[in-house]
Amino acid sequence: MKPRRLAVVAAGLSQPSSSRMLAERLAQATKAATEDLGGEMEVEVIELRDHAHELTNNLLTGFADQNLRRAMDTVVEADGLIAVSPIFSASYTGLFKTFFDVLESDSLAGKPVLIGATAGTARHSLALEHAIRPLFIYLRAVVVPTAVFAATEDWGSGASAADRALSERIDRAGRELASLVASTDARRPNPYEDITPFEQMLGGRSD
Amino acid sequence: MQFGIFTVGDVTTDPTTGHTPSEHDRIKAMVAIALKAEEVGLDVFATGEHHNPPFVPSSPTTMLGHIAAQTERLVLSTSTTLITTNDPVKIAEDYAMLQHLADGRVDLMMGRGNTGPVYPWFGRDIRDGISLAIENYHLLHRLWREDVVDWEGKFRTPLTSFTSTPRPLDGVAPFVWHGSIRSPEIAEQAAFYGDGFFANNIFWPKDHFIRLINLYRSRFEHYGHGRADQAIVGLGGQVFMRKNSQDAVREFRPYFDHAPVYGYGPSLEEFTDQTPLTVGSPQQVIEQTLKFREHFGDYQRQLFLMDHAGLPLKTVLGQLELLGGEVVPVLRKEFDSLRPAHVPDGPTHTSLVARARAAAEVAETVGDGDVEAGTLAVMAEVAG
Repeated sequence: MKPRRLAVVAAGLSQPSSSRMLAERLAQATKAATEDLGGEMEVEVIELRDHAHELTNNLLTGFADQNLRRAMDTVVEADGLIAVSPIFSASYTGLFKTFFDVLESDSLAGKPVLIGATAGTARHSLALEHAIRPLFIYLRAVVVPTAVFAATEDWGSGASAADRALSERIDRAGRELASLVASTDARRPNPYEDITPFEQMLGGRSD
Repeated sequence: MQFGIFTVGDVTTDPTTGHTPSEHDRIKAMVAIALKAEEVGLDVFATGEHHNPPFVPSSPTTMLGHIAAQTERLVLSTSTTLITTNDPVKIAEDYAMLQHLADGRVDLMMGRGNTGPVYPWFGRDIRDGISLAIENYHLLHRLWREDVVDWEGKFRTPLTSFTSTPRPLDGVAPFVWHGSIRSPEIAEQAAFYGDGFFANNIFWPKDHFIRLINLYRSRFEHYGHGRADQAIVGLGGQVFMRKNSQDAVREFRPYFDHAPVYGYGPSLEEFTDQTPLTVGSPQQVIEQTLKFREHFGDYQRQLFLMDHAGLPLKTVLGQLELLGGEVVPVLRKEFDSLRPAHVPDGPTHTSLVARARAAAEVAETVGDGDVEAGTLAVMAEVAG
């Protein structure tokens, strides 16, 4: 079986960012769980910070330049997606939303998605459920049940209960995404290859 | 190879002076630009069609008829005619009338229009855009080719025993291009009918259009209209020129930075790198335009956008003199020498009449009823 492709979108603004750190942990867990299932997984990480200007340009001109196009294609063509945003003002960041705004409509339909978020304190954790999950439901993606939130304190070293809880949650989410990816064909039809013949578009008119 | 200009017909404030032309000024400027296009030796003038401010050209055949009366060679066209919200019966009538008045110097480019409210203003739904384009054009195609039409569709009142008048000049319908920026369905539609496909590539990166044009070419061949490299392709372009390229950049930058379509977004440098916009010397424009052929194959029509973003009329007329005087003669020579003999030139009324006559003769010799096969049989030799 061909290796499955996993796209990872991290919307952290600092470098390095805790969103990127969480995204990579989630990707590792998903890859490991895929291997446990006897599969292989290729991971590609996209940091939206690198595409911030291109995203604004896309909003204004209506087209994606070549860099952004590559990033969008990576996401649309992947078998699964991990999407992680910092929480700003009770929701995902504008940068995160812009990326999903400029994707063609329907391009995430049926796609297995694992969502994650980071913030300074755990008081923001439900933003995953009231903001990020509804966004992907609207896009008709299939979001795994476990969403992973990491507050600054969760990154504390050692074997405290909180730290273990984050790791366990990451592993569980990774297993959920791996098993969903393994059982889903999220490949999009390519309109340039899978052509609807014109007679069919005409609706069988013979006149 | 046909060279020309296409205009959106926008009323835009000149960002360097703050001057906004009146609608009247802009309409008269469009006419002056068209007349200049003929004067400097260009082949085509195409006007957009819009039904909302700040655009003036809501009535293209009125303007094109007026221009037709003052020109002798210029082919009058559209960029685009809204096949979604116009009644196909009225398009058939208006453009057949224009075709007679202009002695055949008329073709059209079909487009869907992307201004949401225009659809409900004309009783349509933007979500039906593709279906409207397909059904309406199918009817238009028949109205120009069949003297009496019985028709029933999803969108328009049915027709029984309807004859669209006047009949097309010499019994040959105006040539049709289908314009598209992003829809593979429209490339498929153009290919199905053996019509032209115009890729308005002025705002988007070339890779996207290579994919779209290649799809059109391969489907053109699939439907038996000729080889893929004989499909009829038109391209957009956008240029601003001065003898010295730094002068061109300096003068055009404020227009670029404030332009309605891309202002406040990418820099001029990013945009010229990513899209066909060329701001520089006439030689740079020649080099950039010749590259289109390398990317998209031999093609039949090149239209430039010259009069937008608030550029004053005087500047635009000067640009046309550079285009017609220094750029197009070189491009014409280069493209014509590079194009293989089996690849057709841009269709004109004369070439379409010749093709129809040849097809009719073949049909007579092969026997009744197979006009279509006859058309295909002679297409390559006549087109060349």
